[in-house]
Amino acid sequence: MASSIRVRATSNGDITEVQALIQHPMDTGLVKNPAGELIPAHYIQQLKFECNGKDVFAADWGTAVSKDPYVKFSFKGAKKGDELKISWTDNKGASDTTTAKIA
Amino acid sequence: MTTTTGPLATRRLILQGAACVAVLGLGNLPFAAAPARAAANDKYPEEAFKQKNEADAIKALYGKTAEPSDKVKLDAPEIAENGGVVPVSVTTTLDKVTSISFFVAENPFALAASYKIADGTLPGVANRLKMAKTSNLVAIVEADGKLYSATKEVKVTVGGCGG
Amino acid sequence: MRTRAALLLGSLSAALVAFALTSPRVVAADKIDPVADAKAFQNFFFQKFPNVKHEDFVNGPYSMNADMKRQWQEKEEFPPYEFALDAGKEMFATPFKNGKTYADCFPNGGIGIRQDYPYFDTKEGKVVTLELALNRCRAANGEAPYSYVKDEMASLTAYMAFTSRGKLMDIEIPDDPRALEAFENGKRYFYTRRGQMNFSCASCHVQSPGERIRAEILAPALGILNAMPIYRSEWSGMGTISRRFVTCNSQTRAVPLEPQSDEYRDVEYFLSYVANGLPIAGPGARP
Repeated sequence: MASSIRVRATSNGDITEVQALIQHPMDTGLVKNPAGELIPAHYIQQLKFECNGKDVFAADWGTAVSKDPYVKFSFKGAKKGDELKISWTDNKGASDTTTAKIA
Repeated sequence: MTTTTGPLATRRLILQGAACVAVLGLGNLPFAAAPARAAANDKYPEEAFKQKNEADAIKALYGKTAEPSDKVKLDAPEIAENGGVVPVSVTTTLDKVTSISFFVAENPFALAASYKIADGTLPGVANRLKMAKTSNLVAIVEADGKLYSATKEVKVTVGGCGG
Repeated sequence: MRTRAALLLGSLSAALVAFALTSPRVVAADKIDPVADAKAFQNFFFQKFPNVKHEDFVNGPYSMNADMKRQWQEKEEFPPYEFALDAGKEMFATPFKNGKTYADCFPNGGIGIRQDYPYFDTKEGKVVTLELALNRCRAANGEAPYSYVKDEMASLTAYMAFTSRGKLMDIEIPDDPRALEAFENGKRYFYTRRGQMNFSCASCHVQSPGERIRAEILAPALGILNAMPIYRSEWSGMGTISRRFVTCNSQTRAVPLEPQSDEYRDVEYFLSYVANGLPIAGPGARP
């Protein structure tokens, strides 16, 4: 089954730009379903990016992050072919992880 | 010149040092500064996300207040095409940035997202946020132990018949 | 001398026009002329918005408003329809229970053909849209049909549109009175007012593109189907051409028709034909 995490990581030799799009409802817990019941909050809380064994970027998210969340950042110290590891955990205890090679 | 504040130095060490460290449960690491505080730094800031207003959220997250700075560049639309997916980004020319956060003043809970910027990571982030209604969007940058902010009002309209 | 010649020529052409207008053959005015209609349709928009590049019309409201265009471009870097597109690609390649695949139902295996839809089926005597063709493919292979408005149908058409990205809309109207009638029927539906609000499709998309209806910026009718199917923030998900026709009818307080009813098929035919020459931009994202 495909990972929920889509990653694009490209290096220009010096800087690696990372974009990630994650499939996740990011429900706020404030919205009602057609039956009138509140859809419980269901959202990614922590997201981590590791490269060459080092944490390069981390996110703490709340329910105000959009559905199918997106994030972009850049970092130095990596090169083409290096592996980037991305993992997330949500408020229900679920998690997912993926790795991507820097292009 | 490295900062002298304990928790920040510890955080930097943790980020740079131990490979394969599970980022939760750091209380037992043999670092000089308070390990408990170190653990708190990588723990999910539950309290901050529970705060309703912006000032309380900033206090809960950082324990200090911010001063506006034109060195923080906040990019957000004038009128959000849809309040559910507002593309927002921040870049800054400030040095030694360790954290960037976003607050939506009129949201039920002001803190939207908080990012930890490791050493070697550029001080900038782009993301997509939900805005309940027209509101001030505030970006906070923690640089060299101090907080700097930029604010922009983003108008949010309720979608009508569609285009 | 020259003025006299001009005047003479002028009055001569006036006479000719008068003659043409009153001559019985033309008064019947039943000659359906899609070529002329398409030209007039396109020229109307090109002249109304001289600063919009022709191919940009397919981007709907984004061609009309700079602030919105920027937001859209930022999101297009890693678009919200990415997941539906991947799902569509997978679905398309997955065989039916009988071992056949969608590729067996379509020319060129279904790749890079979206711009040829809808087409007029001379055997059936009706317009066949891509969505219809997909469900017929499923039925022909013993599979249950998909809902026309979202989910799997949106994912499949997203994938097929993606394989045609950049190709120019290329709808054919065969020299068949039934095809011409279907085109005319679609055109009539498009311009007819209906429902509680007494809006026609044209009321918003021809009269007021770039302007607001409540809080939304209206898309121009030219190329309005080229980016389908779309991920709409309003729907928090994907929707097909069928979905948009149905919801638009409901939102203007008109009675929505069943997806793929004759009128909807004909309207799709009309709107696609008059956008011939504009690029396919699907799948798309909209507010």
